[in-house]
Amino acid sequence: MTQLADKLQPWIAAVEERPQGGPRWLQELRDRGAARFSALGFPTTRDEEWRYTSVSAIASTEFRLAAQGRFTSAELEGFVYTDAATRLVIVDGHFSPELSRTSGLPAGTRFGSLASAVVEEGDAVARFLGQLAEFGSRGFSALNTAFLNDGAFVKIPDGVVLDVPLQVVFVSTGNSSSMSAPRMSHPRLLLIAGERSQSRVIETYVGVGDNAYFTNAVTEVVVGENAVVDHYKVQEDGSQAFHVASMHVHAARSATFSSHSFTLGAKLTRNDVFAVLDGEGAECTLNGLYLADGDRLVDNHTTIDHAKAHCPSHEIYKGILGGKARAVFNGKIIVRQDAQKTDAKQTNRALLLTDDAVINTKPQLEIFADDVKCTHGAAIGQLDDDALFYLQARGLTFFEARDLLIHAFAGEILDRVQVEPLKQALESELYAQLARDLAELDAA
Amino acid sequence: MLEIKNLQVRVDDQLILKGIDLKVNAGEVHAIMGPNGSGKSTLARVLSGHPEYEATTGEVLYEGRDLLDMDPDERARDGVFMAFQYPVEIAGVNNAYFLKAALNAKRKHLGLEELDAMEFMQLIKEKAKLLDIDQNMLSRAVNEGFSGGEKKRNEIFQMTLLEPKLAILDETDSGLDIDALKTVATGVNAMRTPERAFIVVTHYQRLLDYIIPDFVHVLSQGRIVKSGGKELALELERKGYGWLEAAAEPVKA
Repeated sequence: MTQLADKLQPWIAAVEERPQGGPRWLQELRDRGAARFSALGFPTTRDEEWRYTSVSAIASTEFRLAAQGRFTSAELEGFVYTDAATRLVIVDGHFSPELSRTSGLPAGTRFGSLASAVVEEGDAVARFLGQLAEFGSRGFSALNTAFLNDGAFVKIPDGVVLDVPLQVVFVSTGNSSSMSAPRMSHPRLLLIAGERSQSRVIETYVGVGDNAYFTNAVTEVVVGENAVVDHYKVQEDGSQAFHVASMHVHAARSATFSSHSFTLGAKLTRNDVFAVLDGEGAECTLNGLYLADGDRLVDNHTTIDHAKAHCPSHEIYKGILGGKARAVFNGKIIVRQDAQKTDAKQTNRALLLTDDAVINTKPQLEIFADDVKCTHGAAIGQLDDDALFYLQARGLTFFEARDLLIHAFAGEILDRVQVEPLKQALESELYAQLARDLAELDAA
Repeated sequence: MLEIKNLQVRVDDQLILKGIDLKVNAGEVHAIMGPNGSGKSTLARVLSGHPEYEATTGEVLYEGRDLLDMDPDERARDGVFMAFQYPVEIAGVNNAYFLKAALNAKRKHLGLEELDAMEFMQLIKEKAKLLDIDQNMLSRAVNEGFSGGEKKRNEIFQMTLLEPKLAILDETDSGLDIDALKTVATGVNAMRTPERAFIVVTHYQRLLDYIIPDFVHVLSQGRIVKSGGKELALELERKGYGWLEAAAEPVKA
């Protein structure tokens, strides 16, 4: 992880000007993050975990910490995916009380700014913040930790069942003037789901305009015993954005965690998901759907760590790639020695619409127990010619047949979305984007 | 309705059909029989427009038009239907949705109003009974996880919905037990009208006990070597295909 020191220099200087203040534990956390980042720097393609994804474009740009930009509630409308008005809006890394709606939640539920939670609920925050998101070997997480300042804090008390989904919208307003330096933000979400609680949480990342900016997000999720968390991540960053994010999940005994990741934007996307199934009977579902065209890159790295026995995990990632887009999927499944009766299933499929689109895919199984069931499969390719012909032989035109098959391909993931307005919004956004890509393809 | 003249078809650089002449009039049922590799499925597929089957010589006129010049979907909308020997499984596409899309593609082409979901389900209900199609088969993905018999019934079900002018059944009887065979035959016989023609491709005579053909043609090594009435099928059943091989050998000068 060595690189030209002069390239890192501006970053180290920026980290030196990290936010200060707050309780001592927080300052120490930032300091440790800063120290680790200075030692680690950014990963390079010599790192196995970053082999196909170069972040030199991020490393060589001097991003400035964004001040809170202007964002109106009218602009927000298009990105709110729930009927209920329960949302946190974080603009350029800063909580926006004007745009957020948090009333009407059951007593004891916390749904607000991370910075306020640090003050008001220091103990709960200190117990978990930075504990799951290990940054000892991860430069981006270390960088996020160094800049820890604000974000979203969600805490659901034991036994509380939320019937409304909670949405957290992270907005990057970009940079309105092309003369000044591009902006960055390091948002953080801490979600603590108490025992037997039940919740649905939507993380949305959106950008305004076509300016380059850098979002470096970290999400930590603590799922208590018997709790159910249904998580969604929708990434619709701007076309020139860099989006690097990691999510760290800790699932206790009999907890159920499911996550559905939709990547629709950004020039470069890297998502890391780490889920530890740390109690018997904990269950984890990781699904993902990504769409990439032009010269975009989408890299999904997932790790499901079966630490205890009797934990099932299910994973389906699907991608649709056009243009010269590139994608990476790396799905690691660890089965610890104690994790007997593990049942892990992983599927990765990608549809390549052009000859120039590329995907690198790798399942990675590390199994230390002997009584387990682990399956994985990858299928990469074009649309099935036999299916296309079958549909045409029933009167559908080539284009109708193709669109039907592509929609069916995406539908498998979309159909699992349990929040109806979100599902509809995703469908229309996804299909609109697909229609543009396909029109381009047909014109070529 | 259909006139095939000296049709030669190549698949992967190999000449499979070596000059087929066949005339099919409205209201007729033609059975095409022949041993494995004789080219009978190739004939069915080239008529449906399969992209891997290339006609090198000859012509096919469908209602006076050049059929080989039409795209597969155009043929379908104009009333040519092929029941696939191996129906394709299409993950993620609901069977009812698919049937509705196919039916509406055709209705649109004919200048008819597209059916809405209610009208469509009403229509389906009526037709489903005849072929023993249950709700479950409609709500699953197209052919996915269907048994062999279910797939073939689903093909004939599509035929009854789409009401083609020319139906080509490509070994629809293969792999069916006698009950499924009877169900399929009932579906086909219900469709027989003076305006509609059938080409029934089969390896076995058995199907023709239930779908009585007007003409039987025997294909061997890419040529029709014998044509006759329905009694020809029985003759084949008795004698097998062996005696035909000699007849198919090209005469050497």
